[in-house]
Amino acid sequence: MPILNKGIGAGWASRLAEFLSGLNPVRDPARIVSNAEKSGISRWRYEWVMVIDLERCDGCGLCEEACISAHQPLPGQTWMKVYMLRAEDGTISPLPRPCMQCQNAPCVNVCPVGANYYNEDGIVIIDKGRCIGCRMCMAACPYGARYFNWRAPDGGVKEPHGEEEVHPVGVVEKCMFCYKLLEEGGLPPCVRACPMRAIYMGERKQDVMTNGLETLRLSKVLEEREAFRLLEELGTEPRVYYLPGRRGKGCLEGLEAPLEP
Amino acid sequence: MDVSRETVVRDALRPLTRTTWKYYLIVSILALITAWGLYSYFIQLESGLIVTGLRDTVFWGLYITNFVFFIGISHAGTLISAILRVANAEWRKPITRMAEYITVMAISIGALYPLIDMGRIDRILNVIFYGRIQSPIVWDFISIGTYLVGSITYLYLPLIPDLALCRDKLALPGLRGRIYRLFSLGWSWQDGQRRLLMRAVKIMAIIIIPVAVSVHTVVSWIFAMTFRAGWRSTVFGPYFVVGAVLSGIATIIFIMAVFRKAYGLERLITPKHFENLAYLMVATDLFYIYLMINEYLVSGYIWGVNEASILSSLYWGGYSVYFWAMVLTLIIPILIVAIPRTRNVAGIVLASILVNVSMWIKRFVIIIPTLAATPMPPTTPVIYIPSLIELSITLAGFSGFGLMLAIFSKLFPLISIWEVVEE
Repeated sequence: MPILNKGIGAGWASRLAEFLSGLNPVRDPARIVSNAEKSGISRWRYEWVMVIDLERCDGCGLCEEACISAHQPLPGQTWMKVYMLRAEDGTISPLPRPCMQCQNAPCVNVCPVGANYYNEDGIVIIDKGRCIGCRMCMAACPYGARYFNWRAPDGGVKEPHGEEEVHPVGVVEKCMFCYKLLEEGGLPPCVRACPMRAIYMGERKQDVMTNGLETLRLSKVLEEREAFRLLEELGTEPRVYYLPGRRGKGCLEGLEAPLEP
Repeated sequence: MDVSRETVVRDALRPLTRTTWKYYLIVSILALITAWGLYSYFIQLESGLIVTGLRDTVFWGLYITNFVFFIGISHAGTLISAILRVANAEWRKPITRMAEYITVMAISIGALYPLIDMGRIDRILNVIFYGRIQSPIVWDFISIGTYLVGSITYLYLPLIPDLALCRDKLALPGLRGRIYRLFSLGWSWQDGQRRLLMRAVKIMAIIIIPVAVSVHTVVSWIFAMTFRAGWRSTVFGPYFVVGAVLSGIATIIFIMAVFRKAYGLERLITPKHFENLAYLMVATDLFYIYLMINEYLVSGYIWGVNEASILSSLYWGGYSVYFWAMVLTLIIPILIVAIPRTRNVAGIVLASILVNVSMWIKRFVIIIPTLAATPMPPTTPVIYIPSLIELSITLAGFSGFGLMLAIFSKLFPLISIWEVVEE
């Protein structure tokens, strides 16, 4: 069987999926990834990243509040969530968690109807008009960044981008990096609300990051501060970077076990 | 079989001609429960899934448990009917029809549950318009759809000669007579028709087996193809398939006992049938226990942080009652069948009930504890308490299953008469 010797292995299933997805014109990640890999050119217009400085973050939770008052999601939804993680010695480390905007996003991969997709900047967007509410993406997301609209909202809610946007019942929602604000040159409310200026928005192609006060060279900061990403070993390629705090990465010990938030 | 041809036909056709008040009573009760479930579903449609006990941490619950359970028992038809037909096991003949009924009814009920669980049932057609073949959910739609069409065909083909028999023997006027006439497709007991039918049935029996295997494999992949500890396991495909076959056999034993008692089919369905099926059930049970040891021992030995939090909740934590009830109800049936004194029809039926209780709980403890043990700290309560709406809709699934079986038992013969008579 010479065909086996050529290695019908890892890539085979994804190539089949790629072929089949060509039959169905949805915004499909698998196809774009491999084309981009082939050409070696970035497939994105901008490459937005978020950088969160854990040394500065004191866990005040104002980013969470700013997010809620800007988007007014259904009660209980915290698209930007500040976890308080308890280490073994009792010290508490805050960890803000937006959507990670994975570049190999499990939610995009499992969505049955293409309601999760990458926009042209690679931000994972939910098409709330298409989502069927099966919640497979919530099972797939390892970061717990997704929330389901268990009921209809009390009234129409204005999004900060000005456009009318309600939260339809029966669909999944999450942080979308305030992508419309970014296009207009604005900064997300969580970034602006942070009194410690611990949250930066960055753009990888232009290699910059800013928290609204200072503008820094992204690649230099990430390297010098030994930035890391959450659950990096899963291969989801998150676009949210954390700069370790004084306790180093050790502050995330609590992360490994489900703790009370 | 040492029963005369006339007795077979008479016994098997009796439910179609004579109906007692008990039947009407049972059907009314089942219909009431089903209607209550429908009403509950309309409340859920109106208010959203907020009326369930589900929240963002434990976002799948009873509905998905029932989905896996009912798709599981649908494997009755495939195993008893198709595998035994392919293997030429003659004793199967009086029970194949019931197994095939169970299959069609159980898929129909089972396939409803993910739809009930969906946030936006009004957008169901998006799965066709925008379906992505890369999604396990779409694999489910395809394989369950194929299985439903396949098993209806597989139920219908061997039914043709019996429909002709109903047409000739009952000679009913009105709608039912017309249905028999129409669907028996002019069957006239010719050798050519017979040869053709036998071939078609054989081909369907062979086709339906891999389809059934694919169905439960794909169901398991919905869970296994995520990053969740407790789900992310390569054994899940076969594990679910064996579990499905196990609950399928248990269901056919139970349903067979009910119909045997209700319709006086003792001469056709004998203790031998119960015993044979009980042996099959125990063998499958043992195989399932083997796979379960494989699952719990391997992850229990590694005791990774996430696995540990799930396993400790199962072994001695909040889910331990469910877990040990599941283990016990999996082991006791083996003892019942193994001990000669309890190896009688009553004992075997009890064993089959226990097996299905076990399999239902098993699906529950596969789904909920894993969701509760989130990889990141949970943001909403991890305790899942099913609401009245969910319980009502669950109950309605079971009553709807019984209702459909009861109605079908009055319309079509429960026994494959022509196959039994052939001997």
